Amino acid sequence: MSTSSGLDVRLPIGGLFASLGLVLTVYGLATADDPTHYARSMSVNINLWWGLVMLAFGLLLLLATWLGRRDTSGPHPIPAANGKKGS
Amino acid sequence: MPATPITNLTSVDYAIMAIYFVVVLGVGWILRRVMRTSTDFFLSGRSLPAWITGIAFISANLGAQEVIGMGASGAKYGIATSHFYWVGAIPAMVFVGLFMMPFYYGSRARSVPEYLRLRFDEKTRTLNAVSFAAMTIFSSGVSMYAMGKLFNLLLGWSFDVSIMVSAVIVLSYVLLGGLTSAIYNEVLQFFLIVFGFIPLVWLGLNAVGGWEGLTARLAEVSTARGYPANAYTSAWSNLGDSASNPIGVEWFGLVMGLGFVLSFGYWCTDFLVVQRAMAADSMTAARRTPLIAAVPKMLFPFLVILPGMIALVLGAEYAASGQGLVPAKLAADGAPLLDATGRVVLDYDLATPMMLVHLFPSGMLGLGLTALLASFMSGMAGNVTAFNTVWTYDIYQSHIRRGASDVHYLMMGRIATVGGILLSIAAAYLASAFNNIMDLLQLVFAFVNAPLFATFALGMFWRRSTGHGAFAGLLSGTIAAAIHHGLTLPAGAQPGVKGGFFGVLHTYPSELAQTFWTAIIAWSTCFVVTILVSLATRPRPAEELRGLVYSLTPRSTDKDLPWIRRPWVLGGAVLALTAALNFVFF
Repeated sequence: MSTSSGLDVRLPIGGLFASLGLVLTVYGLATADDPTHYARSMSVNINLWWGLVMLAFGLLLLLATWLGRRDTSGPHPIPAANGKKGS
Repeated sequence: MPATPITNLTSVDYAIMAIYFVVVLGVGWILRRVMRTSTDFFLSGRSLPAWITGIAFISANLGAQEVIGMGASGAKYGIATSHFYWVGAIPAMVFVGLFMMPFYYGSRARSVPEYLRLRFDEKTRTLNAVSFAAMTIFSSGVSMYAMGKLFNLLLGWSFDVSIMVSAVIVLSYVLLGGLTSAIYNEVLQFFLIVFGFIPLVWLGLNAVGGWEGLTARLAEVSTARGYPANAYTSAWSNLGDSASNPIGVEWFGLVMGLGFVLSFGYWCTDFLVVQRAMAADSMTAARRTPLIAAVPKMLFPFLVILPGMIALVLGAEYAASGQGLVPAKLAADGAPLLDATGRVVLDYDLATPMMLVHLFPSGMLGLGLTALLASFMSGMAGNVTAFNTVWTYDIYQSHIRRGASDVHYLMMGRIATVGGILLSIAAAYLASAFNNIMDLLQLVFAFVNAPLFATFALGMFWRRSTGHGAFAGLLSGTIAAAIHHGLTLPAGAQPGVKGGFFGVLHTYPSELAQTFWTAIIAWSTCFVVTILVSLATRPRPAEELRGLVYSLTPRSTDKDLPWIRRPWVLGGAVLALTAALNFVFF
């Protein structure tokens, strides 16, 4: 899926979501004992739960990037003028 | 700066924003190496797969007018706002994918105005290029203005600093990586907005007791405003009469004005979105781009309209003067603003942001606000990348300096990027009169885009239409729009920017109703004038129109594709699902 740019778009998205998910999860764990913190979200520790969802999504994309990279013979396909499809 | 911002951010919120900015800039930095030719910069070297261009196709449009504006319209008009999607965008996206993309992509035009040059003539292209370039600057400015105002109000950030920081970030990644960088960041922003808004809708619906709870509470609001009880929660059942729904329009004005004219005009001819499909790596990918985009687009009402509807009935922050979470607009003296009928004017643009502040604890609040920032920046970047291409190819290369080297045009593209952002900043400081961004943008689209779809429809499907016809049609359509706007006024408004500047012949129940009819009149005028002038002028020989007109272009049968991947199958499935959604929320 790596395009002529040499950058698989799933890499930055995966990286972003994994990092954001990690930050939210850790923050959710750290604030889990503080009930006033989650008064706005009706006592749901939304940081923890949504952080885990985002972390999983991010890791999934990173995994897909890694698998995609193994599939292509060269690490960075050279741009082709004939409209060649990525990977 | 207001004395007390509505909320404060903690360090975790800032950490989330910082991570986002680092990734966005990092993408531009990595992509800087591959920007060798102007085609790389303006069209991503035509090398992207359909799912990326598909997401970018909707994400480029996912700016402030979408996220904030649709929430505002949700609070103002209820679920009927989903007509922007289910009557408007989706059918138009299917049409552009199935019928128009073969001409855009197949003709190898590098921009929508350039297609007009190939099909008609230079003057039609220039008219379109100039008005389009002005519109991108305007949209981008409105987006910046909204962002600066919003973050000032919510967080107490300085208006000037918010604008400068976002402008510098967008400028950096577009300058570095061109359209590819803008598209990659649009894909990223798309996921960020989806992940920022799903928990908002989930928490919001829980807080009001689900869809049933929301329906019951909105029924009270509806009755209090003199509409039938289901006016905010059913999309069609009150459209028989313009007085019984908050949009103030009956079904014909809605289907023709919003659906046929405005949405087809936008999604089928606006280079901002078409440019994304043109970056695709093959004809099939280009045709599938809008069809793939239509799938998430169909579900977007739940993400962006529902928060606005919920905001109207959740909490009691503004019980005294506003409604639910939506505060009243304030007059200069600090008192709530009243319209001509004595009713409080609500600041609908705050509906969605107030939902974020009301429901998200710190942590998620950082994510939600980052998603908002992402939407603003993605809208800005979309406009700037479309502007620099049209400026460079359709204005600079064809009128100012022909036949220069590709390196020269690449440099011009970079200069135009800087110029476009500077002009947007200027526009941001100018934009402020309307209480709903959507209405303002729709108005501009009505003047410029509404006649445009008539020109394209005739150009692509009637080979007899000529350049003189197209030019005269476009011009008269835009003039007709201005005249109609100048002679009518929405209820409760003062003559001026909202209409009536030539005297008031007719009063519409709402701004949207007026806008839809402006569009219908512009389109019809353009259609008729184009046909009349074409018949009176000399047609172009058929051999010059091959690949540009439907009847002279071989159909792609897609026989080599598995049936599930054929554009027709995908398009049909999308339309069937959209029809089902209309039925469920009838």
